[in-house]
Amino acid sequence: MLRIRNLKCFYGRIMAVKGVSLSVNAGEIICLIGANGAGKTTLLSAVCGLLADWTGQIDFEKKSVKGMEPPALVRAGISLVPEGRQIFAPLSVFDNLKLGAYTMYKKKAHAAVEEDMESVMELFPILRQRRRQLAGTLSGGEQQMLAIARALMARPRLLLLDEPSMGLAPMVVEKILEVISLLRSRGLTIVLVEQNALAALDVSDRGYVFETGAVVLQGEAGELLADKDVKRAYLGKDYGDFYDAG
Amino acid sequence: MQELLQYLFSGMTNGAVYAVIALGFSMLYNSTDLINFAHGEFVMLGALCMVSLTAGAGIALVPAFFVTVAVVAAAGMLFERLAIRPVRNPQPVVLIIITVGASIFLRGTGMLIWGKDAHSIPPFLDIAPIDIAGARLLAQSVWILVIVTALTAGLHLFYKKTLTGKAMTACAVNKKGAWIVGIPFKWMVLLAFGLSTGLGAVAGASIAPITMSSYDMGTILGLKGFCGAMLGGLGSLWGAILGGFLLGILEAMGVGFVSSGFKDATAFLLLLLVLYVRPQGILGTAEVKRF
Repeated sequence: MLRIRNLKCFYGRIMAVKGVSLSVNAGEIICLIGANGAGKTTLLSAVCGLLADWTGQIDFEKKSVKGMEPPALVRAGISLVPEGRQIFAPLSVFDNLKLGAYTMYKKKAHAAVEEDMESVMELFPILRQRRRQLAGTLSGGEQQMLAIARALMARPRLLLLDEPSMGLAPMVVEKILEVISLLRSRGLTIVLVEQNALAALDVSDRGYVFETGAVVLQGEAGELLADKDVKRAYLGKDYGDFYDAG
Repeated sequence: MQELLQYLFSGMTNGAVYAVIALGFSMLYNSTDLINFAHGEFVMLGALCMVSLTAGAGIALVPAFFVTVAVVAAAGMLFERLAIRPVRNPQPVVLIIITVGASIFLRGTGMLIWGKDAHSIPPFLDIAPIDIAGARLLAQSVWILVIVTALTAGLHLFYKKTLTGKAMTACAVNKKGAWIVGIPFKWMVLLAFGLSTGLGAVAGASIAPITMSSYDMGTILGLKGFCGAMLGGLGSLWGAILGGFLLGILEAMGVGFVSSGFKDATAFLLLLLVLYVRPQGILGTAEVKRF
């Protein structure tokens, strides 16, 4: 579904992603893990069109996305749930969701929007309760749910999630990961960027480990969970623990 | 009493015009975070276009009014396309200086097309002034008030009820967020410029019958509108209306009770006072950014 070859991303003269290749098959949950500044968010920005300054190849459903801007990519079927949510704080929850369906409205698919509205409110019942409230008055977890719901309103085939667990209580994180699994079971393909590697690998099929702009490790989620280096670097086991156990 | 009423009427007329100009400032700021200091020049274009179309080409008032608004809105969109969008480093300060440059350019163009003389046209409807408790209200003033009310209601519905209006708000509050949900913000900015300069044209075309229109009328009108928008709270539609009327009425009172020399000073004294006491304006809620 998504194939990236030798991707190099630039911020001015700084190369933030240094030749990454990865592939995402339809129906998979892929997780990208790695420390801050490893290039995960940059990679997502390139895929969804926010960042235009890159070389290499990004193909979505066998077509290159080079030169496409976010609105065109949303129409093509890629939606991003950005870092920091980026919801429209002074608008109501309902309006946020409607704007998520902006491209659907432009395709004159009004009936589909009604359907989707119903289904995301089913997914996140709290949004139905708060639909008249201004989005800025929601709690962090609710805002994250709104951001995911808003992205779903465009009927994506590929959903990119950037740090959905950031700053949220463990229970909320669990709820969000549950929803991610559920969405996959409904046929959505998902790329998940996370620093919370343990939780992310738990729901993923495969994972890529990033370090300073390059992929240093990749494999099945189970393998990565068991990998010593991953454990040491990203799962928060401290050295003592690690050596005693191993 | 009669005197007070008369000042109030003339203040309301001016105030309504300031309100429409302030609306243009406010709605552009709302959608793009930008202050267009060439806005007054679009008001001038509106007034002089109206003069040319009616007195010059002999077109009836109503069609001339709509043609004027359309032409000026198109000019506003052209301005966005040619001078604002290509800017590589679109920082507010850079863009504002561009709009200042554009205002000088438009004033020059206006002078070349319409010359240095002032022009005027007959009122929309030739009715005698209405007499209320001894004070006289011009028919044109009533027209202007009707237009302002209709415009405000229309804009309010546009922002609250239409998808495009909401998308425009979304672009203003979170450009990145709007972009990633698929809202083409370049088109929204273009549309905002069209609407805002169209509003300027409405103001210009409405006052053409009650004032002398000339190529340099835009500067002071633009500043008054800006004061009105700041006074009411930049970005707030109702604030722009309130600020415009308040400014117009206080100005008229200043002229009537203090001295006619105070007319323009009133606006700037008020602006200074607002910036000092309540920088976000009377109805402004969001904090005002410093450029």
